[in-house]
Amino acid sequence: MTAAAVQAPARRWSREARVNTALSLGLLAVPLLAMAAGEPFWVTLATRAAILALAGVGLNLALGYGGLVSFGHAAFFGLGGYAAGVLASHGMSGRPIVTWPLEIGGTTQMLAIWPVAVAAAALGALVIGALSLRTTGVFFIMITLAFGQMAFYFMVSWPAYGGEDGLPTYVRSRFPGVNTMAPLQFFAIAYGWLMLALWLSWRIAGSRLGLALQAARQNRQRLAAVGIRPKSVLLGAFVLSGALTGLAGALYTDLNRFVSPAMLSWQTSGELLVLVILGGVGRLFGPVAGAMLFIALEHLLGGISDYWQFFLGAMLLMVVLFARGGIMGALAGRDG
Amino acid sequence: MSGGLLDVRGLRANYGGAVALRGVSLSVGEGEVVALMGRNGMGKTTTIRCVMRLMQSEGAIRFAGVDLRRLPAHRTARLGIGLVPEGRRCFAPLTVRENLIAAARAGAWDLGAVERLFPRLAERSQQRAATLSGGEQQTLTIGRALMTNPRLLILDEATEGLAPVVRQEIWEAILGLKARGLSILLVDKSLAEIRAVADRCVILERGADVWMGRPGDLTREMTDRYLGV
Repeated sequence: MTAAAVQAPARRWSREARVNTALSLGLLAVPLLAMAAGEPFWVTLATRAAILALAGVGLNLALGYGGLVSFGHAAFFGLGGYAAGVLASHGMSGRPIVTWPLEIGGTTQMLAIWPVAVAAAALGALVIGALSLRTTGVFFIMITLAFGQMAFYFMVSWPAYGGEDGLPTYVRSRFPGVNTMAPLQFFAIAYGWLMLALWLSWRIAGSRLGLALQAARQNRQRLAAVGIRPKSVLLGAFVLSGALTGLAGALYTDLNRFVSPAMLSWQTSGELLVLVILGGVGRLFGPVAGAMLFIALEHLLGGISDYWQFFLGAMLLMVVLFARGGIMGALAGRDG
Repeated sequence: MSGGLLDVRGLRANYGGAVALRGVSLSVGEGEVVALMGRNGMGKTTTIRCVMRLMQSEGAIRFAGVDLRRLPAHRTARLGIGLVPEGRRCFAPLTVRENLIAAARAGAWDLGAVERLFPRLAERSQQRAATLSGGEQQTLTIGRALMTNPRLLILDEATEGLAPVVRQEIWEAILGLKARGLSILLVDKSLAEIRAVADRCVILERGADVWMGRPGDLTREMTDRYLGV
């Protein structure tokens, strides 16, 4: 083995670090430039990209590091979204959520909403993960899809919170010292969470949990042979993954001031998978690159044709066939 | 022999409808090196997989007095059995150091001790395991097994297909581990090295043990008949 080969990982990391920095600054620049140009709509697009990227960072923990192809992550996105929507709607109306055995009211404080959204999504991921991880491969995909659809139809048939029509929250929840209705300030919250989630994901990837997760992706029996229970590792990652996606769901509800069963649909699960695959599966900033491209295509191609997803599909096909590292693979090398 | 660290009695296993083991018995005592021998397809790797609980089997398996039959593989490993599987199966996406850290459990074998045993691993610490040579990958899988601080190390064809200089390095390492009092169950075809390292041999023939004894008692007739040497 040559000295160059030994040094290669460090060189790739440095290249990937440059791409990651460029993506972070690029996403930050969009709303700043948009405000300077008097185009606040672009701030909303950038915020949407940041929130979807956050959901993608969550999915990437399970899919990218653990090799768990979850087709039901919309369930966690929606659980977080509905937790935020239900709390906020009760907080605004003053009606308690439950009155027995003790009275629990709603809230419009993000600092109270986020932990509930994260806990709800994590609990959902724990239950779904514990059952789904009994299977592997295509069966895992199918069972997560089935759970996602169960959550979707549950919300469709729950009239108390809008059923099929969804639940409007009218105004965004509050955050101390921030005007959340100001697009740029709300973007700052979403962007801050995205950066924090990326840091957390980076720390997890380098931790023993992350190493065991990558080992489990390669071969579960081999991991068991060194004394680590693969299912515990995968379930832990799945729960963390669901919790991050749930947090993104709560922010998405605040962005739109509306939550509906569409957030739990299989199409949403598919979109999350698509943006992670486009950006680069298992790459730290893959979901960021994927979400930025996804939103850009949706806006730019959506203005040209109602069938813009045809072009997205073609692009996904090209990535899967010819550029399996996605955008990050193309920009920073396949093995980064 | 009974009362050893590892005791296997009447081990039977199938692959679907095909019988792989018809009744294997063996034991490994504290600090003992036992060689499991036999031609290809006689059940050596299957025996190891059953001991590690990587496949279902019938018969008795006890390690340090604990019945392993109902334990999952990770619990078996945690009891103190380290496996070096055949085919240099390291965690390919991880670096050398990450492979070692992922398996680490508290004990005398830590990163420094493993890197002292195999200095090349220290030189390659930041390199992905997939990019290592075959010999380096094999020393990595041995190092990874040692990082679990096992009481019994199982080596399945650890020197198979390696360059003579690497084989020599691995046999010297095995001798060093024996000198430190580690119990070892090894599968290998190198008769000369087995004679130098092993305290006892067990020969398998068509899924059953047919001979047990000291390596020095292996006759030319037996090696011709059972090992095809």
